[in-house]
Amino acid sequence: MSGFVSFFRRLEGPQTVGRGPAFWSLFAVVMMIALAYPLFSDGYTVGNTVYFFVWVFIALSLCLIWGYGGSLSFGQTAFFGIAGYGYGVLTLNFGSAYGFTLVALVIAVAIAALFAVLLGYFMFFGRIAGVFLGIVTLAVTLMLERFMAQTAGPEWHIGSARLNGFNGMSAMPPLTIPWPGEPIVLFADVGLYYFVFGLLVFVYLALRILMNSSFGNVIVAIRENPERAEMLGYDVRKYQLITFVIGAALAGISGVLYTAWGQYITPSSMGMTAAALPLIWVAVGGRSDLTSTVVGTLVVLAAFQALTIYGSQYALIFMGVLLVLTVLIAPNGLVLGAMNWLGRLAARLTQRVS
Amino acid sequence: MSLLELRKLNKHFGGLHVTNAVDLTLEVGEIHCLIGPNGAGKSTLFRLILGEHHPGSGDILFAGDNITALKSFARIRRGLSVKFQVPGVFKGLSVRQNLEIALQSQHRGARLGEEIERLLVFLGLESEQAQTAGNLSHGQKQWLEIGMAISLKPRLLLLDEPTAGMSPEETHMTGAMVQRLNADGMTVLAIEHDMAFVRQVAQRVTVLHLGQVFAQGTIDQIVADERVAAIYLGQAHA
Repeated sequence: MSGFVSFFRRLEGPQTVGRGPAFWSLFAVVMMIALAYPLFSDGYTVGNTVYFFVWVFIALSLCLIWGYGGSLSFGQTAFFGIAGYGYGVLTLNFGSAYGFTLVALVIAVAIAALFAVLLGYFMFFGRIAGVFLGIVTLAVTLMLERFMAQTAGPEWHIGSARLNGFNGMSAMPPLTIPWPGEPIVLFADVGLYYFVFGLLVFVYLALRILMNSSFGNVIVAIRENPERAEMLGYDVRKYQLITFVIGAALAGISGVLYTAWGQYITPSSMGMTAAALPLIWVAVGGRSDLTSTVVGTLVVLAAFQALTIYGSQYALIFMGVLLVLTVLIAPNGLVLGAMNWLGRLAARLTQRVS
Repeated sequence: MSLLELRKLNKHFGGLHVTNAVDLTLEVGEIHCLIGPNGAGKSTLFRLILGEHHPGSGDILFAGDNITALKSFARIRRGLSVKFQVPGVFKGLSVRQNLEIALQSQHRGARLGEEIERLLVFLGLESEQAQTAGNLSHGQKQWLEIGMAISLKPRLLLLDEPTAGMSPEETHMTGAMVQRLNADGMTVLAIEHDMAFVRQVAQRVTVLHLGQVFAQGTIDQIVADERVAAIYLGQAHA
């Protein structure tokens, strides 16, 4: 029982901003609004919101590897793409009956994680660190993009799934939950919304617990001073590899959900722009905290989409400017800076009241 | 009984022979100081013992086992621990978290909390526990890192200039701390320039010069050795 309690006590801790009744009340309010939101909106808008949620997982993967672990991976999109294509190939071959799409989700994410084990082993056990880690991971994702882009010919197929080169794969079935009578097909509206939102809340809370555990302690210790961490008896390479693999799985979840959401995936999802954007969301939000990463990603994504819709072809330039401003004004992230400022303000107010 | 034994240890950096056939034996329970002019190869010797550098030839024995091929973390788990020359604390984390990271591999739950408190008191850092380690004074950072190093309950503690940048008063306190640890059974090997500290704690002293063991003995023997005085004045080959 006490183990159970101490497990959940880890929802709060030095590695995550937000604690106490005030934070969790706010959390509950946000949850209720998010759960009620589809009832007051139309299917298209809800589907669009799911699109935003889908990207949060890859943002969290960067938050984990870069923000907490201190290793900048520029190639999370590689895992996104592998899992996305994996889901496509599996479901185009085996269909969606008997809940297979959910199995495909798990298998596709596992394939991405397995690839990360291989890549991460050579990087971390080869003691590649710092900017070189970014270069290697970027090279990997660009290589995968190039490779998939030249698979247009009919000889490029896995089973009955054509890879289709630059045009990408499409027409894979959406996630489908088996149900007595009729299976529930999660098209990109209310059904998928609750599924993705549930998964997001689960992942967010699980990561809070993980980062405030002794494992999370070692991860931030490696970010602060890898030599000292090793000289406390921790096998730094092992911890870095595990973090990298968890991050790859999170990016893979994004990839599968994205593919299932739009029922298509193209090589450009592993390209330069795709690889750079998550870095901007996470940097602007505040990479060293889970909450600011989630909030920052959703805000920046919504702003980016608004810009592209309302006639500005300068949305990408705006993203670049945003990144530069963040680095200059709030290097730890704008959302995180604002959250810390609010926290200090609240502390000062409660002090004055008491 | 010897705890650490270096046998004919050699290390080259290009043409530079930084560690030259070093033989050194540390007895269980002693406080041993390593002195020598800048560039004598003291810190390199530490890095060899810790596995950050690998020797070109020679062996390192710890408690009778050959550890020459082991990775750093594996040597630490066998009972080695170190405080670096430049304080290697986790600057962005709180003092308490620094100690927690050091202690969590041995203690859990409520016991972990007690051990952290005990160590905070031992180091005189109770009132600083919520402070970010990067904001501590230089001396406090040194103590915090010593605290992290000793929290592993090592059999051999390596201290690289533990009193660098400390006032005479702080130096004396650090000396007393080392003696207390030694009284509890910890063997200590310290690199130190501060002769007051060496005189306070050292039972044996080894002088390193140009990568070689130049002299060995008690502090009084070393101080009386004219050749040692000469190398410190840069006249060894005069």
